[in-house]
Amino acid sequence: MLYRETGQFKTTYLADMAIFPIRQDYFLMIGILLFAYVIAPLVMNDFWLNSIMIPTMIFALAAIGLNILTGYTGQLSLGHGGFMGVGAYACYKLTSYFPDVNIIIHIFLSGFFAAAVGFVFGLPSLRIKGFYLAVATLASQFFLEWAFGRIAWLYNYNDSGAIEVSSRTLFDIPIAGASAEPVTRYFVVLAIVTFLTWIALNLVRGRFGRCWMAVRDMDIAAELIGIKLLPTKLLAFSVSSYYAGVAGALMVFMWLGAAEVESFDINHSFLILFMVIIGGLGSILGSFLGAIFIWNLPVLLRAIPDMIGVNIGAATVEHMTFMVTGALIIFFLIVEPHGFARLWQITKEKLRLWPFPY
Amino acid sequence: MNDTVSNNDQMAAGAPAVDPTAGGRIGDVILRVNEISLSFGGVKAINDVSFDIKKGEVRSIIGPNGAGKSSMLNCINGFYQPQVGHIWYDGVDYTPMRPHLAAENGIARTFQNIALFKGMSTLDNIMTGRILKQKASLLEQALYIGRGKSEELEHRAFVEDIIDFLEIQAIRRTPVGRLPYGLQKRVELGRALAAEPTLLLLDEPMAGMNLEEKEDMSRYIIDVNEQYGTTIALIEHDMGVVMDLSDRVVVLDHGSKLADGTPDEVSANQNVIDAYLGVAHE
Repeated sequence: MLYRETGQFKTTYLADMAIFPIRQDYFLMIGILLFAYVIAPLVMNDFWLNSIMIPTMIFALAAIGLNILTGYTGQLSLGHGGFMGVGAYACYKLTSYFPDVNIIIHIFLSGFFAAAVGFVFGLPSLRIKGFYLAVATLASQFFLEWAFGRIAWLYNYNDSGAIEVSSRTLFDIPIAGASAEPVTRYFVVLAIVTFLTWIALNLVRGRFGRCWMAVRDMDIAAELIGIKLLPTKLLAFSVSSYYAGVAGALMVFMWLGAAEVESFDINHSFLILFMVIIGGLGSILGSFLGAIFIWNLPVLLRAIPDMIGVNIGAATVEHMTFMVTGALIIFFLIVEPHGFARLWQITKEKLRLWPFPY
Repeated sequence: MNDTVSNNDQMAAGAPAVDPTAGGRIGDVILRVNEISLSFGGVKAINDVSFDIKKGEVRSIIGPNGAGKSSMLNCINGFYQPQVGHIWYDGVDYTPMRPHLAAENGIARTFQNIALFKGMSTLDNIMTGRILKQKASLLEQALYIGRGKSEELEHRAFVEDIIDFLEIQAIRRTPVGRLPYGLQKRVELGRALAAEPTLLLLDEPMAGMNLEEKEDMSRYIIDVNEQYGTTIALIEHDMGVVMDLSDRVVVLDHGSKLADGTPDEVSANQNVIDAYLGVAHE
């Protein structure tokens, strides 16, 4: 009843090919943007912004990147934690070499370094597929971790071996570093994530997206149609690593404020992969849903004992969180193996007929 | 058997009157396969086969199972590279033919076992057929400006014409993995047509279809051939369809060529009859 496109006629292909061709989706999107840009900064305190909204946005961006590679192009990667690190370290080096250039430009540029690294580690993908490619990308993860720890030039030879963010401003407002307010950092992250999400939506609905999906679904047929496999896969690796790189730079400069090797370890690669699988392979929306679920579930679970007034030790809460998160992941994968995005799709199809199904 | 021969003679004598070349539909040779041999290890899939395809004709390749028909199509569009022999296409010697060369030069095909992109909608599947004609850069596509936008609209209009032609408007947005077999075959034909091919290779387009679906598919093939002048190479097991649609037929058996000629010549050929019906051994 509510969600029904009856009577919404399209008279041009342009209108039919819009990102949100159905009016209800369009209004829903406006509502979400309104919430993110206006309501959330007004009602949320620093804790909410800093430990929920900002990391969720950053991980959603990384998940979009991995989804382009794994969900759309069908190439499994376990190296995205490392690619995030490349973005972070590149941004750090850029700011130390060119401190006068605005940090936002550096963040966008650092993605290109990650893209270049992703390109190189994507080269084996022409010959190896599936699990074997996953192992090859695992090698990239370990190599990058080694590089972040051992190449002192990357962290400017400082004693701690960590990279630290100094204060950066935009229009004289501090947006990175210790003096930046969470709300300003939140706005920067939100703007970048919104922009790159729009780019990703444009890419996947056009020619490049169709090439990627064709390679994913049947690479032999794609080749016979005239799609060159290697450039298509390498483009997917590059674009995907670009997103991971920007997410990594945002993570250090807009959220953590400092980072070391452990910030980009294999656990991060798995975390992003889980977000993509739980959210829905081959769906930009799914990347957001996955990031929201995987990141916020532990936060929520940790808060529950306090809320209901039960007093259990912090360590116990931590263990409980792991167990419940794992159980819920299994539960959702059994209910809907294709992730939250498919669940939303099914809900929409049901809503079209509700409340008068035939 | 004498009857058949004389019958054949009559047909041959009457042939010039109904010769389709007279109407100008059939032109010069567009593809020539010259002494092709293809083997996989010790197995000879194709053994010294030569034939040609003329512009605008419907050329069938028939033969019992395992005769090497699909292998021959795979050689023509570069998926297999024959060890011996040449492929001439449109005046150029492509030895070896490569898949992207075939696609760029207007050879499109459908597959015996449907090779659609199962996770994509009908519309997207047919749009992939236009990929070689889209030139928008990554930046234009990413920002949805310039050619990134105009090309999408232009090709969408073309694809909608194909969707109309194949009468699959209702399944435009459906992921093809959910479609029934007959419709999938039709979508696959649509994807091949979207490339505006000069030479269309159809590998058993009617396998597993009922009579009505076969009639529909035959109609589409005839329409494509007549309206767009597309040259068609057809592999098919239904002899009724082959004899009705084809201008010329080449018969393969165990990788070798048995016969080549008009449907009537071929159906009267003793070797062909033996291959299909078997010969009595004393």
